[in-house]
Amino acid sequence: MAEATLKIFRGTAERSEYQTFSVPTYQGMVVLDAVHDIQAGQAPDLAVRWNCKAGKCGSCGAEVNGNPRLLCMTRMDQYPAGQPIVVEPMRRFPLIRDLVCDVSWNYEVNKRIKPLAPKPREADGTYRMQQYDIDRVQEFHKCIECFLCQDVCHVMRDHGKYDFAGPRFMVRLAALAMHPLDTVDRLRDLRDAQGIGYCNITKCCTEVCPESISITDNAIIPLKERVAGEFYDPLAWIWRALRGKKADTRNPVH
Amino acid sequence: MDDLETHEHDVIVIGAGGAGLRAAIEASTQGVSVGLICKSLLGKAHTVMAEGGVAAALANTDSRDNWQVHFRDTMRGGKMLNNWRMAQIHAQEAPERVNELEEWGALFDRTADGRILQRNFGGHRYPRLAHVGDRTGLEMIRTLQNHGIHQGFEVYMECTVTHLFKDGGRIAGAFAYWRDTGRFVLFRAKAIVLATGGIGKAYTVTSNSWEYTGDGHALAFRTGADLIDMEFVQFHPTGMIWPPSVRGILVTEGVRGEGGVLKNSEGERFMFNYVPEMFQGEYAESEEEAQRWLGGDKSARRPPELLTRDVVSRAIRSENLAGRGSPHGGVYLDIASQQDAEFIKRKLPSMYHQFKQLGDVDITRQPMEIGPTCHYVMGGVRVDAETAHSTVPGLFACGEVAGGMHGANRLGGNSLSDLLVFGRRAGKSAVEYAKSQSSAPEIDADEVAQAEREDLAPFEGRGDENPYALLQDLQKCMETYAGIVRTRADLQQGLEELAGLQQRLARVTVEGTRQYNPGWHYALDLHNMLTVSVAIATAALNREESRGAHSRLDFPDSLPDMEKFNLTLTYRDGQLECRREPRPEMPDELKQLIEVGPGELTADDVAPRFERRRGF
Ligand SMILES: Cc1cc2nc3c(=O)[nH]c(=O)nc-3n(C[C@H](O)[C@H](O)[C@H](O)COP(=O)(O)OP(=O)(O)OC[C@H]3O[C@@H](n4cnc5c(N)ncnc54)[C@H](O)[C@@H]3O)c2cc1C
Ligand code: SF4
Ligand code: SF4
Ligand code: FES
Repeated sequence: MAEATLKIFRGTAERSEYQTFSVPTYQGMVVLDAVHDIQAGQAPDLAVRWNCKAGKCGSCGAEVNGNPRLLCMTRMDQYPAGQPIVVEPMRRFPLIRDLVCDVSWNYEVNKRIKPLAPKPREADGTYRMQQYDIDRVQEFHKCIECFLCQDVCHVMRDHGKYDFAGPRFMVRLAALAMHPLDTVDRLRDLRDAQGIGYCNITKCCTEVCPESISITDNAIIPLKERVAGEFYDPLAWIWRALRGKKADTRNPVH
Repeated sequence: MDDLETHEHDVIVIGAGGAGLRAAIEASTQGVSVGLICKSLLGKAHTVMAEGGVAAALANTDSRDNWQVHFRDTMRGGKMLNNWRMAQIHAQEAPERVNELEEWGALFDRTADGRILQRNFGGHRYPRLAHVGDRTGLEMIRTLQNHGIHQGFEVYMECTVTHLFKDGGRIAGAFAYWRDTGRFVLFRAKAIVLATGGIGKAYTVTSNSWEYTGDGHALAFRTGADLIDMEFVQFHPTGMIWPPSVRGILVTEGVRGEGGVLKNSEGERFMFNYVPEMFQGEYAESEEEAQRWLGGDKSARRPPELLTRDVVSRAIRSENLAGRGSPHGGVYLDIASQQDAEFIKRKLPSMYHQFKQLGDVDITRQPMEIGPTCHYVMGGVRVDAETAHSTVPGLFACGEVAGGMHGANRLGGNSLSDLLVFGRRAGKSAVEYAKSQSSAPEIDADEVAQAEREDLAPFEGRGDENPYALLQDLQKCMETYAGIVRTRADLQQGLEELAGLQQRLARVTVEGTRQYNPGWHYALDLHNMLTVSVAIATAALNREESRGAHSRLDFPDSLPDMEKFNLTLTYRDGQLECRREPRPEMPDELKQLIEVGPGELTADDVAPRFERRRGF
């Protein structure tokens, strides 16, 4: 039976090392299988976070050969045989142990986003929405909160700017902004609390998203346009003041 | 106990899937202090994995639907063992609960006139499942999560409960450890809602994650609560079976709901040969009729691929025994020949992705190889239908951990709706109960010290048993002796082996520290899995007939006498007691609903007897 070698990050913030393990491989094997096999046979206390093992829960984000990935959707056979596969925790977040890091910051950021406030129902008690009106928001709702985009975004990763909410929450804010039922204006927050200005559209987030959400093109750029329109376009500002309405919630990129 | 981290709430909810979140939201809106505990991160509970949809008789896609038909389908799907009152409440309240999700931001797929679109599913007479492609659970949990975090309850995540405490007869609190540090924490509460989900990790081939170790079942059982219907474990007919890495991963029933067909190695649509007597006349009798149904002809009946899960799983097994199975012991599920590629990618995107990425199969062009996988437990904590109150004062249960609602077999889509309906009711009742308690319950310090000793025991080097090896052996035991088909001899053998595993568990030793140590976590989970496994095997041994998900090769028929009771398990003085609990008498008007023949039950038929009730 063929074997693979994995070099796995072990330890805590205080003390860490890379440990090398060999595991037999089999058809269809993913990196999470290898980690589980190592737990069962060689390192029972090897810490890893996972739930669904099917790319649906977003628990198993880590870095494989330096790339942010879901361990459960990363096939072993895509890597050249004979070279060790390096598995490390997401670098952007504080380490707990081995492959597990503390992602609680994301939950705090999320809580600061003003929740949806829906408009009233139609006379017949339903909400009528056309499929084409929600297609884009459904794309955003595919987000599994793996936080790989948060991991890779250089604003936080390299520059340590935590007043930027990060691409995951730009996606959530775009979903709210384009939600046909929502009535809340979050543009000021987007500029101030969520720091959308920090993003310089490098698109690294879009590249790593396992759900293939077009984070930059479909979420961030339209939001940036709205923020710009709200605060820097005097005509738009007067128009809104006169009509007394919140910014246009329709998806501008049809 | 003095230096032990301690939190106090009126109501504690254990579990943050759909049921727990809905319960916590309800409890919080009633203005009491609520704590929500979950052992993985918020938003990662099993509910996130649900694919196909949530069942509710909204009657958007087919106006003939109503709660009465939903009730009838649920009871017949459960082979009449369901707690009829739960099934009734569920069918009546599901539409309102689904509509409420929309108000909180959920965006279900739409009909042409802009309402919530519904899809076909096994055992449901009309298209009934509100859905979002094949990621309905994600939409549901994220909606509840993002609504919930603004309701004021406290969330304790990656925190695993290992013990419950009582004060006299009533519930008093819970003992848990933080996964990240391994430190202990005590929760004091007047009422506790269990919403811990299922037990599927006790089987080798399963669609369930590491979380499904039956914690809530075992916690309730050890606290003295009754369990009910534990012999009924659902094996979903369509799990992935090849390559080995993906064995067990679910393929949603939505594939069949959208037209997918099952074929054996000879290319035959074999399900036409397996329509049980109970469902004769309700399913298409020829491929031609099935094809017309797919084309939208309302006079055509549903294809037999949409029979209930118990029936389909057994049919797959029979085809394999007859030598007509696929190379890896399953059959073929084919949607490529029924729908075009664009449609498949739009309605089943994650199935497409999952097969492509993990199985090297393009489902828009090739059939999928599938076979049964352990999926859901119908059995659970015995609760009062109205209030979700268990037999222990102050202890409530909702969602998969609660029993009764689904009887001998659950219909697809009925779990997500169950979570919402009974999650809300459990939250509400827990608050009422908590408010009725004049004094806060006390927790005995000795019991806390004892809990701590038990949880730390695996570090004491008591022997050379490895938790992972033990887990594998337990799974193999359940798969072999208490799986899709059972016999008395097998179940007895299984129980004997479980007793052996219990002894080995006392010798389990773990390496490393308490900090995020999965070996230790499994060592503790194994206690729960063993408790639950013994309960399943014992109940299965005691039901000497075949019904729904419980198939006894030595008693192949359903016996009318056995329809009259549920099996209840109680843990008393270290002994497991299995009783026949007579089923409460169903009111005549509900009986009639079930007895009317298939073609007869339309909204118009039942309207004179019932006030028409629709979700909005
Ligand atoms: C792949 C898949 C697809 C499915 N598709 C559908 C579908 O389309 N339609 C449908 O109706 N049903 C479906 N089901 C079934 C349905 O998803 C589940 O039955 C349902 O989500 C269970 O919800 P719950 O709230 O009861 O529990 P869960 O969502 O599983 O939540 C359990 C919670 O309890 C916590 N917990 C458990 N033990 C402890 C402990 N000891 N201490 C602290 N916390 C604990 C967990 O961390 C988790 O938060 C599917 C199931 C699977 C596996
Ligand atoms: S596009 Fe913006 S959000 Fe995305 S990685 Fe680049 S800077 Fe970060
Ligand atoms: S947007 Fe994509 S990468 Fe970012 S958290 Fe969501 S799923 Fe993960
Ligand atoms: S384990 Fe759920 S996404 Fe990998």
